[in-house]
Amino acid sequence: MNFSGYLLLFLLMGLVTFVPRWLPLLYLSHKHLPQWLTDWLSFIPVAILSSLLAPILLADTTTRSLNITKPELLIALSTLLFALKTKSLGGTVFVGMILHWLLGIFF
Amino acid sequence: MAAAWPICLGYFPVGLALGVLANQAGLPWWAVALMSILVFAGSAQFICVVLLASGATIWSIVTTTLVVNLRHALMSSALAIYLQKTNRWFLTFFAYGITDESFALNMARFRSGDWDRWRALVVNQLANAVWIFSTVLGTLVGQFIPKGAFGIDYALPGMFICLLVFQLQSRFFILTGILAAFISILWYLLIPGDSYIIGASISAATLSFLIKRYVRRKQ
Repeated sequence: MNFSGYLLLFLLMGLVTFVPRWLPLLYLSHKHLPQWLTDWLSFIPVAILSSLLAPILLADTTTRSLNITKPELLIALSTLLFALKTKSLGGTVFVGMILHWLLGIFF
Repeated sequence: MAAAWPICLGYFPVGLALGVLANQAGLPWWAVALMSILVFAGSAQFICVVLLASGATIWSIVTTTLVVNLRHALMSSALAIYLQKTNRWFLTFFAYGITDESFALNMARFRSGDWDRWRALVVNQLANAVWIFSTVLGTLVGQFIPKGAFGIDYALPGMFICLLVFQLQSRFFILTGILAAFISILWYLLIPGDSYIIGASISAATLSFLIKRYVRRKQ
């Protein structure tokens, strides 16, 4: 593919990526949000984080099958405990990485 | 500036990996730079590289991108709560940088109170800069870096776990987290594609919302 081919493809991809990120923000930030919508939206961050994490920790992503013996799950539980105790983002990321690294070396 | 480092650290290996794949698929470094600047969406860019390598048409790549990135509409809606009555130009610029990671980090900070829209924008733009840099670097030198070095692959899951903990402010949020994990894994196993993120998030949030209302009415 040449330069104009790539440019056209990425412009279109950028457009369909940008519009869903932009329209709700533009529209909802200038409207008075009803209480039920604020309540519902308050659950969205937890729901999205949990939905993103579940397959990473509980499934084999190449075969797309259930696997509850992944080392990632064990690390996640230790990391979760650390996060609950310390409430430190940097510390949690660091502990997770170290555990993942060590587990990769020894197993 | 310091707030963005978990994202930057997490984007780095992912960006390198994308660069290596793109290079193998025959994309020149400037095309990868162009893509990271114009699109800035990790999973969609991976899919694009795979599809380009398999000779897919532009239209199928663009449609797939739209479907994969629709989940950001949900995040954009949730962010609107903290960006009420903000200048439209600011919102337009800010919207460009909404990713799974910047959303999660900014929401946690907004919620704790010691945050403002300019800091949120700095997080978005730093993440973007690291993303562009690491994807281009990946096309140039990626082959020489050992896989899984220093456990860096766990930076993003680690960050998600901690941000999840920050959000658990009451028993209803714990319930939402458990419901979402359960629905997400089922959806992921049964339905191909990436719809499990939007599907599980909307279902879990709606269920928790209804349960909370039911409990409040009974009291």
